[in-house]
Parts: sequence; structure tokens; C-alpha cells
Amino acid sequence: MIREEAFALYRQMLLIRRFEERCAQLYVEGRIGGFLHLYIGQEAVGVGAMSVMRPDDYLIAYYRDHGYALARGADPRLLLAELCGKFTGISRGKGGSMHFYDVPRGNFGGDGIVGGHLPLAAGIGYGIRLKDTDQVCLCFFGDGAVNEGAFHESLNVSALWDLPVVYIIENNRYGMGTSIDRASSVKDLYQRASAYGIPRREVNGMDLLAVRTAVAEAIERARTDKRPTLLEAETYRYRGHSMSDPGKYRTKEEVEEMMKSDPILLWGKRLIEQERFSQADLDAVDKEVLAQMEATVAFVESSPDPPPESMYEDVYVRSPYINMKAAEKDPAWRSAIKEDRMPPTLPPPTAAPAPEARPAAPPAESKPAAGAPAAPNPAEAAVQATAKVGS
Amino acid sequence: MRDALNQAMKEEMARDPSVFILGEEVGAYQGAYKVTQGLLAQFGEWRVRDTPIAEEVIAGVAVGAAFIGLRPIAEMMTFNFSLLALDMIINHAAKYRYMSGGQVRCPMVMRGPSGAAAQVAAQHSQAFESIYAHVPGLVVAMPATPKDAKGMLKSAIRDDNPVIFLENEVLYNLKGEVPEAEYHIPLGLAEVKRPGRDVTIVAWSRSCITALAAATKLAEEGIEAEVVDPRTLRPLDEDVIFDSVRRTNRCVVAEEGWRMAGFGAEISDRVQRACFDELDAPVVRVTAEDVPMPYAKTLEKAYLPQPEKIVDAVRQVMYR
Repeated sequence: MIREEAFALYRQMLLIRRFEERCAQLYVEGRIGGFLHLYIGQEAVGVGAMSVMRPDDYLIAYYRDHGYALARGADPRLLLAELCGKFTGISRGKGGSMHFYDVPRGNFGGDGIVGGHLPLAAGIGYGIRLKDTDQVCLCFFGDGAVNEGAFHESLNVSALWDLPVVYIIENNRYGMGTSIDRASSVKDLYQRASAYGIPRREVNGMDLLAVRTAVAEAIERARTDKRPTLLEAETYRYRGHSMSDPGKYRTKEEVEEMMKSDPILLWGKRLIEQERFSQADLDAVDKEVLAQMEATVAFVESSPDPPPESMYEDVYVRSPYINMKAAEKDPAWRSAIKEDRMPPTLPPPTAAPAPEARPAAPPAESKPAAGAPAAPNPAEAAVQATAKVGS
Repeated sequence: MRDALNQAMKEEMARDPSVFILGEEVGAYQGAYKVTQGLLAQFGEWRVRDTPIAEEVIAGVAVGAAFIGLRPIAEMMTFNFSLLALDMIINHAAKYRYMSGGQVRCPMVMRGPSGAAAQVAAQHSQAFESIYAHVPGLVVAMPATPKDAKGMLKSAIRDDNPVIFLENEVLYNLKGEVPEAEYHIPLGLAEVKRPGRDVTIVAWSRSCITALAAATKLAEEGIEAEVVDPRTLRPLDEDVIFDSVRRTNRCVVAEEGWRMAGFGAEISDRVQRACFDELDAPVVRVTAEDVPMPYAKTLEKAYLPQPEKIVDAVRQVMYR
């Protein structure tokens, strides 16, 4: 790995960390609703895996999905807008935290049903085989999913039909509040692959390089030999399962012990020791990321709520094979369009005030904070872009 | 009927290489009900895929492949087993377009027999249209004749939405004319299957055939019943139903599903609101009995809508 890439991956992990911290804050302020599952502590898995994917590869993940979207290059402004239920959100305010889709980047999103997306990953793999391309599909899920029937059905057919899918368990030790010891008859979850004759491997999910190496090897096997792999990344979440979870099923000591092997801390250490970066470099990028988060929040604050009529959009695809004269009595059909709507590419964020100088967060309805440019409002640009139809 | 369905798939697979079939026994066995006969030999195993008995992954593979531009046809050996795939259908196929703000489409068909078979008891004999028609994001089609089956299945395969295509095992042997030339029948288009001036009977799939038998009996008594087949329940072509009721002023709805929260209640609701002034009697529903399907032949017959039950319902709305 070249030095610049190593630094870029550090920045990605840091962006996810700062993004999630900001989400937690906005959740407490009541500006994010519903369920909020934070990725804090698990950043190395998503970032490491995504760093060895090709742009035309696919991924599908579970509801703790902010990290994947960010690591795959989604604009954090579109993601935070989604979390705040804005019309500029990546899913136009219809998905929320658990449903970050970014199809132009091959990201089929966060699935809200434990194990529910594993059969879909197999389907994407099947589609790849039918199209006869050398793409692969990465499928991320938690340790809780391995006890679902969908896990077994998906691994079985992936092995049976030679599907190019890499299944990655993010084992953070707890399925909500139930530890794997109390949920799985086999403690080494990756060993379950032996039931299907699938190559398997355990990897330290706090170590970015280890994740990268293991995923690269699995991707190569999928791309070249069309064989699936089951990886188990041993990781840890510092926060509760979701924001409503105080985490009383584990000790403070356990959490503190795990935080000593923090993936960002470890990677930063490596950058200093092996890649000739200084602590000042790391501090500078942190400051830059925090400033980016300020610009992200400003974007959300200037974003409109979804117009009521958008509720009926995106249910159906307009089709010449439907008798539209009858169907259009239903507003969901009336609003149906022929094309798909892809998320917009926003103009680059303009310089936001430095974090130290940050004014108190204005109420959600208010205009952008003072100091924000009068130049074209990116949020307006986003609405216009989403109103236009994607390719 | 089964040949018509087979032709529709064969023609669409020949026309479009992105169409493929998967399901239990669809290939080497030639289909549990022989609907996919001959397709494996013609199109090979990647396009006619025998699967393990694993309905959730059958449905999920169809959904995932549809996301990246394929046009899967997932066969449920019978729709009774689709209960094991409900999460894939309701939470995934029907909702991803919405949850993604329009980024994803799911152009798949799930097809197979629904409704009562013959003496296979409660777990293998039930009607599913009311369950699926309840779900926004799905299209629900239910052909009653070979011509409709072929024309509607072609539309279902070409359509870009997830289509639940409910066939009926008892109708697989039904004979009927099918046009020689290429054709398709849009989904969401109702058809008057028998014209009549005295009463409207709305019925679909096997119940439509039952309703036609009832209409023949009624004609002997001098009552001319109009039989309207909605053919697709979601979206529902309600105008054809309303037009008929406005002419006959009376309406019976017959269905094979359970009475409680059945699709007939939806039609009844719409008719009573849209045609209140024209109705000379309350809408009467004929349904299966509100119990699980019994095994014994006599009980099975008593459970299902029969022509006699529809005839009685018509007499009721005509105050005879």
C-alpha cells in the first residue's frame, strides 16, 4: 500500500467516527429519529474491505450501514440529510439510518431485517454469473445473522452454484444484548462455513491491514474461481446496539479493554511509525474532518423537508405493461416514473467555519448559519438534481 | 392452461436473455406441475435453475438478481410455500424501490399455483391473493383462462415491478383458445367474461370459472348474469366493475379466499361507495368458509364457493 493511500484510509475511518459522533449528538437533540445503530469501533472492517473492492463491484449490508456508504464514497451531506429526514437525503427521506442506498456506487444498502439481505447477495452473485462478468458482491452482516435460516440457505446455494460472493460477519460479540456465547452453539462463527464446504477465515477486525489482506484474497477467489468465502472479522462496538441501549449486559472494563485496540488509534500509530507521518499530520486531518462535518450539518440545515406529495413517489415503476388508465386512480401509480432516481453529485463543500468558531446549532427550520456562502445552495442543487431523473 | 404458461415463458426467454427461471423441480423434473416442461433442454441450467427446497433463498435470489438487471421468474411449487419467503417478498421485493428513494427496481415474477387443490388439506390448499394484494409495491395478477394466462404472464415478465402471479392448480388442465400471433394483455385490465343485464358477478381465477357455471344455471331461470373478471387485483381496474354494476344495479363478489379481510371486501367497499345510488341491493359476498381447509371430499366441497352458492347469492340480491 502506498503512503498516500494509507493516509486516505485513516481519514476515511476518522470521517466515519466523527460522522457517527455527530449523529449521536443530533439524535440526542431529537433531530434524528427512529433507530440509530452506530459503527463506532468497527470502522476498520468496512474501510478495509471497501479499499480492495473495484468500482464496479457490488455490496449489500445490514442496518448498521453508515460506515459502508461513507467508505464507498457516498457524500456525507446526502447521508446526514437522510438521517434528518430531509428531501435531499440519499433515499429522499424515505429510508433513514438503516437504509442508505447508493446504487451508482454498487451499494444496495442497509437492510433492516437481520439476515434478510443474505439471499439478495446470493441473487446478485447469481446475476453476475448469468451476465458472465468478473464482478463480485460483498455482503456484510452481524454475528446475530448467522442463526437465521437465511444465512444457511444463502451459503448453501452460493457454494452449490459457485457464486462470487464474499460473506463478511462483523462479529462484535453481541446480537443486540445477547452475547454469542448465549446464541451460537459454535463460538468460532467462521467455522460454520465448513458445513457448506466454503473457504473460511477469521481476521482481526480492529486491524485495517489484516482486513484488507483477507478481503482481497476472498475477492480474488470470487473473481477468478467464482467461489464464495465466509470471513469473520472480530470487532467491537463501543456504543450500545442502538441509541436506546445503555449496554448493561457488558462491563465498563470490557469496553475499556477493547478500546485499547481501537482501529483508528492503531492505524494512526502505524502511520507515524512506518509511514513517516507526524502527530501534527493526524491532528490536521482530524480538524479537516471536523470542518467537513460542520459543512455537512450546514447542508442539512438548509435542506427542505420532503414535500407531502413525495410520499406517493418511488413505489412503482411506470410501465407500458400496466393499464395505466386504471392504475392511475392510485396516487402511487400516478406518481410512478419510468426511470430510476440516482443520488445527485453535489458541488464540493464550501469552507465552513472552523470548529472552534462554531456558532450554537440553530433550530432545524432556520437558514444556514451565518458565514455560509450566499453562492448556489448545495441543498437546493440537490433537490433540483433529485427532481431530475437519473440515468 | 399449463401450455399457455409454458409458451409465455419459452417465448420471453427466447426474446430476452435476461429472463431466467428458478425454483424447486423446474428443470430436470420438468416442473412439479409440468409448467416448465422442456425449458431446461432449450435454455440450459443457468437459465432454468433447479434449487434446493429453500423458498426464502429462491425468492431472495430472484430479488437480488432483479436489482442488477435480470428478469427472474421464481416458481413456487405452490404458493403455500411462499409463506417461507414472505420476508423476501414483502420486506424486500416490494419495499426496496421506496426505501431507496427510487434507486432500485425489482423486475421479477413470482408464479405458481395458489388456491385449493384437491383433498390436500389445510397447509396445501389456501388462497393468497388477499395477503399479497394488501402490499403496496406489488402487482398481483390472477388469470382464469389460458389466453389470459399467456398474455398476462408475458406482461408480468416484461414489467419492471415485482409481480405476484397466482395460478390455480385445478385450472392447469383448463382448455381454451390462445391466439397464434404474438400478443400480451396489460396487467390491471379487467374483462367482462360474460355479458348480462340483471346482475354483476365479480370473480377471478377459479372462482371466475365457478361464476360462469353459476351464470349458466341462472340463465335457465331467466336471470342474465354479467361476469366480470378483474384479472389483476393490484392495480384494480375498478371502472369495468362500476360500469357493469351501474347497468345491472346488483352485485355479487365471489372468491376462494377466507371471508375475514378478504379481497372481496375491498371490491364490495368500492362498489358501495361508487355505485351507492345505482344499487338496488347490498353487495353480497361468496367466499370460502372461515376455517382451515378440511381434508374430506364432502367437507372440501362444502368449504369452497360452488356454483350453487353463487346462484343463492344472486337470488338474494334480486330478492327472489
